[in-house]
Amino acid sequence: MRKLKESIIEKLILLCGLASVFFVVLIFLFLLKEGLAVFKTISLKDFILGKSWYPISEPAQLGILPLIMGSFLVTIGAAIISIPIGVGCAIYIAEIAPLRLKEILKVGIELLAAIPSVVLGFIGMVTIVPLVKSIFHLPTGLTAISGSIMLAFMAMPTIVSIAEDALYSVPKIYKEGAFALGATHWQTIYRVVLPAASSGIVAAVMLGIGRVIGETMAVMMITGNAAVMPNSILAPVRTLTATIAAEMGEAVVGSEHYFALFGIGIVLFIISFCINVTADLFLHRNK
Amino acid sequence: MVTFGIKNLDIWFGAAQALKQVNISIESNEILSIIGPSNSGKTTFLRMLNRLNDLSSNCKMAGEVRFGQEDLIKIDVELLRKRVGMVFALPLPLPLSIFDNVAFGVRMHGERDRKILENRVEEALKQSYLWEEVKDRLDVSAFKLSGGQQQRLCIARTLAVEPEVILFDEPCSGLDPISTAKVEEAMLKLKKKYTIVLVTNNVKQAARVGDRTAFFLSGELIELDKTDKIFTAPQDKRTDDYITGAFG
Repeated sequence: MRKLKESIIEKLILLCGLASVFFVVLIFLFLLKEGLAVFKTISLKDFILGKSWYPISEPAQLGILPLIMGSFLVTIGAAIISIPIGVGCAIYIAEIAPLRLKEILKVGIELLAAIPSVVLGFIGMVTIVPLVKSIFHLPTGLTAISGSIMLAFMAMPTIVSIAEDALYSVPKIYKEGAFALGATHWQTIYRVVLPAASSGIVAAVMLGIGRVIGETMAVMMITGNAAVMPNSILAPVRTLTATIAAEMGEAVVGSEHYFALFGIGIVLFIISFCINVTADLFLHRNK
Repeated sequence: MVTFGIKNLDIWFGAAQALKQVNISIESNEILSIIGPSNSGKTTFLRMLNRLNDLSSNCKMAGEVRFGQEDLIKIDVELLRKRVGMVFALPLPLPLSIFDNVAFGVRMHGERDRKILENRVEEALKQSYLWEEVKDRLDVSAFKLSGGQQQRLCIARTLAVEPEVILFDEPCSGLDPISTAKVEEAMLKLKKKYTIVLVTNNVKQAARVGDRTAFFLSGELIELDKTDKIFTAPQDKRTDDYITGAFG
């Protein structure tokens, strides 16, 4: 009887384990089925490298390069802002901060992660957007750089908490070895702790960037939503994610437009898959 | 000459007292072995000498410690640790080449000149008896070395910054007898130039290499004398019990 119970529970747990894989495969297949249909009317090259996105004109122009560039600009900007601040914050929390302050900072970071992205987008809209507009004397503050600043806040919690874990798990004896040779605190951090935690830090950065690329709501609210080739980080852009969110409601099911949006979905899927795999490789490299 | 003069030393970690009223003077160019069971305070004593205890925020210290003529707690801590090197229980090579491992501390103290670095590395490796075994493969990763070689590499790394004192914290606890013999041989040669303090769990090792031996128990210094005397005619019964293996 106990044996039977054991085996039933085991089977149930197995089923739960398989469920996630099953759903991923299902989603991926659906995405492929709908998305690949776009290539009946347009070549892969024209889809990826086409410079105009006018999905409802006649004939429809379905080049997603402006959207890729939009995502790229926003992501690069967010990375440039969030990586130094995030890694610096992680070093401070893991190595320097006194115990009390450390606890406070960690709670703060967790709270930052808990803010819904639409709220962040809303706050960005009424604070960052006018600020960017007046600083750079632009006709509109809804630009790629506004999105970058906003998304940097969203990537930061991921970067800080994973990088802090990596730094914290560097064996104490490494640090003592460096101190015993007469290293200063900063020399120990810079020459021993950071290199030893480097793979974890790279993983943290990758996961942070992954979060930025996948983010939709806040980006849609503050980057201006203009699906044209951006000529600078101060121009309005539209990202891959925002395009899907904004247009899916209007696209006629089964139309070229509809399939093209699924095509964008595949591109996004591939990008975030690559980023996550890279992060994973780094995360498990030294284990 | 006295290298360390220690008077009425007390050390606490939080509420727990790790050392109680310890008085020792450590002579120049001697090997002082420190023996005692675990939790006897011998490692705390050793880590006090290069102020590595400072890394624990709850560590408090009272009493007087002189390093040469200077007050230990007034010396700049990085400079102190350069002058008082330490070799740990676990060989701890960094994920770098053999050369870079030995040159690590020297570089950290600001030396950039390649020639000087090469000289220091060669000198240090010779003193730790590793030079002959590695001279043709200095650019190989330090992880390729055996445990005993890694420990001698760590000794070389400590020597390369040209300390005055070397602290050994159970340096052979993870090594086989032959590697241990090599490390001990290196220590005996090194005492001509350096003052050595050796903490060991291996009573026989203390007998082999120590000029004087100190026995610690529960944070107190029970007995300190010439090594032969400690091992042949200890004054305190507890010392006798420990070295003959009655406890510990």
